Amino acid sequence: MKIDRRDFLKIGGLGALGIAAKPVINVLSKGESAEASHGGGAVGGKRLAMVVDLKKCKEGCTDCIDACHKAHNVPDFHNPKDEVKWLWNEPYEKAFPEQEHEWVGGGMKGGPVMVLCNHCDNPPCVRVCPTKATFRREDGIVMMDYHRCIGCRFCMAACPYGSRSFNWRNPRGCDASGNTFIEKQNPGFPTRTTGVVEKCNFCAERLAKGLIPACAEACKENAIVFGDLEEADSEVREVLHSNYTIRRKPGLGTRPQIYYIV
Amino acid sequence: MIEKALVGSKKYWGLLIVLLAIMGVGGICYLFQWNYGLGITGMSRDVSWGLYIAQFTFLVGVAASAVMVVLPYYLHNYKAFGRITILGEFVAVPSVIMCLAFIIADLGQPTRALNIVFHPTLNSILFWDMIVLNGYLLLNILIGWNVLASERKSVPPPRWLKPLIYLSIPWAVSIHTVTAFIYAGLPGRGFWLTAIMAPRFLASAFAAGPALLILLALVVRKFTKFDPGKDAIQTLGKIVTYAMSVSVFFVLLELFTVFYSQIPEHMHHFDYIFAGLEGHGKLVPWMWSSVVLAVLALILLLNPATRKNENILAIACVIVFFSLWIEKGFVLVVAGFIPSSLGKVFEYSPTVPEILITLGIWAMGFFILTILYKMAIMVKEEIAS
Amino acid sequence: MYNGGKIFAGLIVFICLITFPVWYNVVRGKAAYRPELKIVTEEKECVESSEYMRNEHMHLLDDWRNSVVRENKRTYTAYDGKEHEMSLSNTCLKCHSNKADFCDQCHNYLEVTPTCWDCHVIPEEKKL
Repeated sequence: MKIDRRDFLKIGGLGALGIAAKPVINVLSKGESAEASHGGGAVGGKRLAMVVDLKKCKEGCTDCIDACHKAHNVPDFHNPKDEVKWLWNEPYEKAFPEQEHEWVGGGMKGGPVMVLCNHCDNPPCVRVCPTKATFRREDGIVMMDYHRCIGCRFCMAACPYGSRSFNWRNPRGCDASGNTFIEKQNPGFPTRTTGVVEKCNFCAERLAKGLIPACAEACKENAIVFGDLEEADSEVREVLHSNYTIRRKPGLGTRPQIYYIV
Repeated sequence: MIEKALVGSKKYWGLLIVLLAIMGVGGICYLFQWNYGLGITGMSRDVSWGLYIAQFTFLVGVAASAVMVVLPYYLHNYKAFGRITILGEFVAVPSVIMCLAFIIADLGQPTRALNIVFHPTLNSILFWDMIVLNGYLLLNILIGWNVLASERKSVPPPRWLKPLIYLSIPWAVSIHTVTAFIYAGLPGRGFWLTAIMAPRFLASAFAAGPALLILLALVVRKFTKFDPGKDAIQTLGKIVTYAMSVSVFFVLLELFTVFYSQIPEHMHHFDYIFAGLEGHGKLVPWMWSSVVLAVLALILLLNPATRKNENILAIACVIVFFSLWIEKGFVLVVAGFIPSSLGKVFEYSPTVPEILITLGIWAMGFFILTILYKMAIMVKEEIAS
Repeated sequence: MYNGGKIFAGLIVFICLITFPVWYNVVRGKAAYRPELKIVTEEKECVESSEYMRNEHMHLLDDWRNSVVRENKRTYTAYDGKEHEMSLSNTCLKCHSNKADFCDQCHNYLEVTPTCWDCHVIPEEKKL
């Protein structure tokens, strides 16, 4: 077969196109493979998750929130516009809008639901981030790399749970009367800087030291159970097996890993 | 050719100085934002995109609309547009530059902007938007400049330019489609989660862009010796008419689906913009103004008698531009966040520095536009004499 | 040559302006000085040789942060086989607990402003 220069260039061009298309195809097919692997035990053997027992959760108690925000130097700007939060309470109707009706009983109506990043199996925030500043770790934690975040806030638009906060101003600053936004800095954890997005990190820094998340540790009612779903005899698996649980906005296909006992 | 922009009347220099002054004010406000952070704007945890991103979205449409003069001329040999393709391309260039400036103004960490290039992420629509916008900018600079340079020498444009011109046609469609995908692919935002987003964007773009072009053509005729041509303006008028009709039709389709299906996550946003929600209704007067202006524009445009009168056509174009600016350059982005993903109504209004920065970027766009138009028109006048 | 005088005058002004930092320092008598670092640790060895650390510490720290944040690998094996936690605040600053007399010395000299401290907390400085 004789190949002249024109043919050679054509073939070469097509080949290059194929190589260029491969990562796109990989990316597009990733969603499905994650779904398939989730059912039958993921490779890597870890799938961290949390179960919150709302029946044990006491009205007016903010132990988990305080512990989290103290541990992670989460600032308090005293106004809803600039607000930054990792973990907070929402009324039942706002946390589970699909499950709301006039006659909700069991003390749930209007009751507080502890909400945080859902560490989704199929996180939309990771899908939209243009720099991989937010990414999903192999053990399921959806992490933020504050060094890389450009502050475009695409992830905030993409998150269907409102779990993400932006640093509209310097979290290390102070208000007009000189009160610092971070009441007492925890030297063991960094603060953030102006112009980056932040959220719950499932206490990755504590897990590395063999500790459970700060919220779970702080809860006196033992309403928060944390563990690895891939471990058959783990406490999370036990609790999920013996209780009826729901997740927030399951219809969106994000596969949240925070489960609620209601 | 740049030397053409360095000589001019007092009016020309006066305009440039006024625009520079507005840019200066915007620049000073941006310095404040640089130091304080984006908290200087009205944006919040709930409404995390505002005026900047809305302007970006609107201007992508204006940029894409250059295709409405390029396509008839190069694909259908419609001669009347031969005189004004350059005007279309020279609208696209500053529009894209404004888009990029609005993105930069909206970044929390602008010094890290190049991370999009250093860590290319194929699954992010913003990455693709960066590619198509910069590509479109480059295409229009190349095409506009070379066509004008050969026109000046009275030779046909170089042959290698033809494929690029053809490429610029689908490329124009791509910039607005990709920009629509930024919104239309987010699972939790009912206001944006609609497959008709891209067609809607294109329709409103092909109305607002040519409307601006008509106004610019009329200004050019009034203040210079170059006449873009009555036929060209009338044909553009018809394009605006069709595009505006389609744009309104698409919005009505949206309203049907939302209000007939009555799915709350989709409907609440429309409730908010048309009637207000939980006692909050800052956008209601804006949205109804947009509706009234759109109806008025359609009445003036659809009636041949009024459309053929250039003075009335000019008024109709101003109305089209403002109606669509409200709808797409403000409401479309803000209302996507109200109510928030937690069902809360937290309202947004831009702050003074935010508005001044926005005006500064618009002034920068008009500054570039003025210089490019000056060059193009001087060349046209030179050929004519 | 057109406007020869103006061109040369302009060139001289230009050269004066761009060399301003050089002769400004000469006139003020504050010509080049050597930054002086104080090392306050009792440890004898850093995680790598002094020379390597002097030239490459910024790259090492970059690698550390990517490794910890993105790969969840937090232990660094030093050249002598010892293991260290990869942490700026907890490992580096444990020995070099005098940021002002250590980090800032060279950074100020070279006019570089690393953004580490925008987020990472500086532990209380030890008194010498």
